[in-house]
Amino acid sequence: MARAIRVKDPDRCIGCYSCMLACARLVHRSHSLTKSAIRVQTRGGLQSKWGIDVCRACPDAPCAEACPTGALIPRPGGGVSFNRNKCSRCGNCANACVLRVIHFDEEGYPIVCLYCGHCARFCPQEVIVWEEIAPDSGRSGDRTQDRPGE
Amino acid sequence: MTVLKIDLESSSWRLEEREDLIAWLGGVGIATQLFLEEAVWDKPPLAPEQPIIFAIGPLSGVYPLATKVVAVFRSPLTEEWGESYAGMRAAIALRFAGYNAVVIKGKAPRPTYLVIDEKGVAFRDARGVWGLDTEETGRLLREFEGGRGRRSIWRIGPAGENLVPLAGVNVDTYRHFGRLGLGALLGSKNLKALVVLGNRSYPIKNPAAYNRMYEKIYRAVVGTPLLSKYHYIGTAENILTLNAQGSLPTLNLRASRFEKAEEVSGERFGRESLFRILACAGCPLGCIHVGVYRRPHPKGAGYISTTLAYDYEPIYALGPMLGLDAVDKVYALLREVEASGLDVISTGVALAWATEALERGIITEKETLLPLRFGAVEGYVQAARYLAQPPNDFYRALGRGLRYATRVYGGEDFALILGGHEMAGYHTGYAFLLGQSVGARHSHLCNAGYSFDQTRKGNYTPEELVQYLLEEEAWRNVLNSLVICLFARKVYTPETTAEALRALGWEAVDPQKLLTLGRKIMRQKWEAKKRLGYTPENLPLPPKRYFETPSGQGLLNPETYSALLKLYRERLASWLNV
Repeated sequence: MARAIRVKDPDRCIGCYSCMLACARLVHRSHSLTKSAIRVQTRGGLQSKWGIDVCRACPDAPCAEACPTGALIPRPGGGVSFNRNKCSRCGNCANACVLRVIHFDEEGYPIVCLYCGHCARFCPQEVIVWEEIAPDSGRSGDRTQDRPGE
Repeated sequence: MTVLKIDLESSSWRLEEREDLIAWLGGVGIATQLFLEEAVWDKPPLAPEQPIIFAIGPLSGVYPLATKVVAVFRSPLTEEWGESYAGMRAAIALRFAGYNAVVIKGKAPRPTYLVIDEKGVAFRDARGVWGLDTEETGRLLREFEGGRGRRSIWRIGPAGENLVPLAGVNVDTYRHFGRLGLGALLGSKNLKALVVLGNRSYPIKNPAAYNRMYEKIYRAVVGTPLLSKYHYIGTAENILTLNAQGSLPTLNLRASRFEKAEEVSGERFGRESLFRILACAGCPLGCIHVGVYRRPHPKGAGYISTTLAYDYEPIYALGPMLGLDAVDKVYALLREVEASGLDVISTGVALAWATEALERGIITEKETLLPLRFGAVEGYVQAARYLAQPPNDFYRALGRGLRYATRVYGGEDFALILGGHEMAGYHTGYAFLLGQSVGARHSHLCNAGYSFDQTRKGNYTPEELVQYLLEEEAWRNVLNSLVICLFARKVYTPETTAEALRALGWEAVDPQKLLTLGRKIMRQKWEAKKRLGYTPENLPLPPKRYFETPSGQGLLNPETYSALLKLYRERLASWLNV
């Protein structure tokens, strides 16, 4: 089963950034507000609502379609997997992403969601969840085995 | 440690690498050292040469609830030690801008705001922004500058611009560098605002140890029932708690219970107005309660609304203290206080004194320009406006705080100050009274005397009380060097703190060394206070009112207080000799 992050209840978001910090810490091994595949932002000032932007794991991923080097390939069940060694840092993926959730690190590599679920594990308010989105070929196996940083 | 030094007069900045500061950990530890280096002892607080120092600590932006920035300065309110803390995104933005401390000196030639990021400092023209309230200033700077989601905007309102010593600095709409007049200091430097952008990233040195420690602290924070109270009702829960204990200062402390406490309780604010709960960046708890102040349109065209953050202290200072007995009355005044950029506690306490002084005929409406009556909100809203933009000598004097105002007008017996600083909302007993008086910054948070009163309920020896105040203040100097939110103090024990630091590579740290460091920082603060002309010997007896109205421990006796103070002074010297 392929898993991905789903934003279930943004009204409960308190803007604590625990999800972003978890992605930076556990996936990117960084203290950072930018090295995160998930982003929490206000819609303009703290009086407004929170928006949580994260890869939705499109079944027919436009980012992979736009990748000229095969660094991003469609993942069975939706979303993509990223091979940094093949990436030419052209930026086409970010331009192709309909939801505009692909950002870059300081070296110019895209920060791509691994669907690992760390962010959801650190959400104190059950705003985001890590859940099965579609059956796949089984090739990916149980992604809990793949959580980086554990 | 990287210190960013900014000179407003010449619009220049430079960086200093200061390895020697590592011994002082961070936060208030390093800010105190920098203040000792930079302060001009013989110049008044608002002289352009006086520094403002901001600092974060080793845990800022790195561990849960390390969410505060400390500001150290010479207070225009007390004219001695100034120390203040703000949260929301302040600490995480400064961490990822890349500076451990920022020192600001000089006076800008014209209204200016600063943009601080990893590249350094940009000096921006603030002439068109000058005169705007804190909310509109925030809105414009959000639109002018980038970095949405990883920036923090610190700004003053008219009160700071007009050099009113009751002025604070508003941070990210809902938090503040409150108390002690930092806002006036920014105003005196022609500094309208700072925008801090956190764009940088740092590699984690020891992921295994650090991630384990992070998770341990995170789970302790979200799983602790002690802390969950901050999320559900918030600090405003204290209104009913303190009222039941007979410790809620009411009507200029003519009473310690408020008849209408239910009407302005945290529960009531929640039911009637809670709009959302927010957290500082890096805090999974979320204690910031934001309510909607919804009111009829002034011309009858439906309704208009404003969102305002409520906490225990603002409700205490504007509600019970002034006899305002409804959620919307508190909001009406709070809205004015927030927009003007005044400190809410000092504003409420100063207006309560003015109300009683007017009643007693010490001052007349010639001074106040309007009737001030307990419970009558309209007068207070206008009076708050006058405090921020003084139309006469009376409001100019009142804006300098009650220590100054009572020197001019008298009425010191019922002026609720301790150590020259308007009281926090805890008439709990001797430990609060002594604690706020002798604490370095004259805050109830210096040493948490109120908590000792509440837990010990009068069952202690004088030695125990004094020892508690000394130990608590020393340890809080460590917590304030990290810099954590004090709501997490039960989680950050000396052992956990040492472990958390070691996971970041602070190998030489152990709990005992941290405890000693707390005393050393306390000693350094007292050294600074002495140079600013303050010693514990010139601390006056608290005004009579504190001994006339029963506290949570019953009626307090001035002789008992004096004996405790004497004991504190005796113990302090050896405590600081570390």
